[in-house]
Amino acid sequence: MSGGAPAAPASAARVQPAIRVADLVKRYGGRTVVDGLSLDVGPGELVALLGPNGAGKTTTVEIVEGYRRPDGGSVRVLGVDPAAGGRDLRARVGLMLQGGGIDPRARPRETLVQYGLFHASPRDPDELLRLVGLETVAATPFRRLSGGERQRLSLALALVGRPDVLVLDEPTAGMDPEARVVTRELVSNLRTAGAAILLTSHDLSDVERLADRIVIIAEGRVVASASPAELIAGTAPRLAFRVDAPLDDTAVAQVHLQLRAVAPAARIVAGHGDAVYTIEGAEPRPDLVAALAGACSDAGRLILELRTSAGSLEDAYLALLAEHRDGERG
Amino acid sequence: MSRPAGHDRAIAAQLAMELRLTARRGESLLAMVVIPAAVLLFFASVPVLAIDGDVVGFLLPGSVALAIIAASLVNLGIATGYERHYGVLKRLGGSPLTRGDLVAAKLGAVLVVEIAQVALLLALAVGPLGWTPPGGAAPALAIAGVLLGTAAFAGLGLLLAGTLRAEGNLALANGLFIGSLLLGGVVVPVGHLPDSLAGLAMVLPAAALTDILRAATDGTGGAEASLVVLGAWAVAAAGAATRFFRWV
Repeated sequence: MSGGAPAAPASAARVQPAIRVADLVKRYGGRTVVDGLSLDVGPGELVALLGPNGAGKTTTVEIVEGYRRPDGGSVRVLGVDPAAGGRDLRARVGLMLQGGGIDPRARPRETLVQYGLFHASPRDPDELLRLVGLETVAATPFRRLSGGERQRLSLALALVGRPDVLVLDEPTAGMDPEARVVTRELVSNLRTAGAAILLTSHDLSDVERLADRIVIIAEGRVVASASPAELIAGTAPRLAFRVDAPLDDTAVAQVHLQLRAVAPAARIVAGHGDAVYTIEGAEPRPDLVAALAGACSDAGRLILELRTSAGSLEDAYLALLAEHRDGERG
Repeated sequence: MSRPAGHDRAIAAQLAMELRLTARRGESLLAMVVIPAAVLLFFASVPVLAIDGDVVGFLLPGSVALAIIAASLVNLGIATGYERHYGVLKRLGGSPLTRGDLVAAKLGAVLVVEIAQVALLLALAVGPLGWTPPGGAAPALAIAGVLLGTAAFAGLGLLLAGTLRAEGNLALANGLFIGSLLLGGVVVPVGHLPDSLAGLAMVLPAAALTDILRAATDGTGGAEASLVVLGAWAVAAAGAATRFFRWV
């Protein structure tokens, strides 16, 4: 699965970005949700926006979609301000929103016909139903569709107008593995056909396979922006471990003391989950493992899990977020 | 490059979808078709009303007014409130269908429903109830009343739909429908109400609509005050809906 990143887009694709977000700022009340965020998506390029909940992904996407206005910076989609963009722009942008937006009584085929008729030369509804695998539920009311079927209808609706730009918010959420594969292939083909695609996802395997570029954001700011391969290669391997109970401050100090005997810059950083830690500032080495085992033993903790983290997008992602959090603490 | 369709085609597509969904809303069909027809048939057949003379001629305008209130306030308002709740309006807002197109399609669908309602109620009156329209009926006045009434009640329905939560909107729209049935001169003439209620009823849009339709049916004229009241409601409600409607 590593190294599965698609080839970088042709350089011509970068000439004029289809989506340009520059120094975007958005505040809700006194809270700054997006804080100077910039990103570009060129034609034929797929950029994935990754980040923890509350990082500002959906807010950014909704500003790109024209649903919200920025408080600072600028957003241009196909050269136009999306919040002011009229129907000419909306005819060229396909949106996949989180959470449906379809009447519970409406049926997939008629909904595709309806939205298709808003466009001058829409795609054939039956072809779209086949493409996303909804032929058998073409006349089933939306309320009786499964979560994955609703998502596939939403994707088909995003495609009905032959868009030049696609904005997909969590496209594979709720899909079963088979639908996920179909969706990935579909999205990948659209990118190859020249569409500019911005998507958000919680599914790192989706992102790793699809994205030309991953933009990781936290607290409304870009933490990293690189291809999946670059992100993975840029992460140094680290020792990660889980113990039977969280380490208190005394235990942490004790562990630090023993680790630093073999690696002076070593320190442990709490990871995702209870009693999960990563050793930063030191390469995994046999003596470091031995020191850790001794320290945990002295602290009366049982090591339940010990592994080397590196080589996966998930590790790279978590490491970058941990680095960002450490930076925040000063 | 992808282009939007013409406004006419987009509106027609949306109008067709509005009608299909309306036909699937059983509770709306009850308010729009069954209740007005039942009011007409029941009170025309059971002599409980203190009406002299042409009972069907009295009830028909009332039931048509009730049908129009159901189509524009109850069905349009409640459905639009739920569409806002489900994010249907948000999704449509991301498509080439403009807000103006959407409102045009929704009002067009209301008018189509109203034509069917009027045709059904007229057919019931003339058919099973053996009613003959009196001479001097004024169709132009009736059409003016229907259009003003639609503007007033659709404006109210959209105002509630665009400002309240879907459930609150549902309850209030149904409440106003019952209120209109009782105070709108639909079955009980406004003149038979106690003075305090009659005074209130006179300035409400339902009684004004019924009064206009009744004047148009029997050709007696004298609906000027009601035209002013209903016109004021139409302007105020449509204006307020335009001003305060929240799309998401």
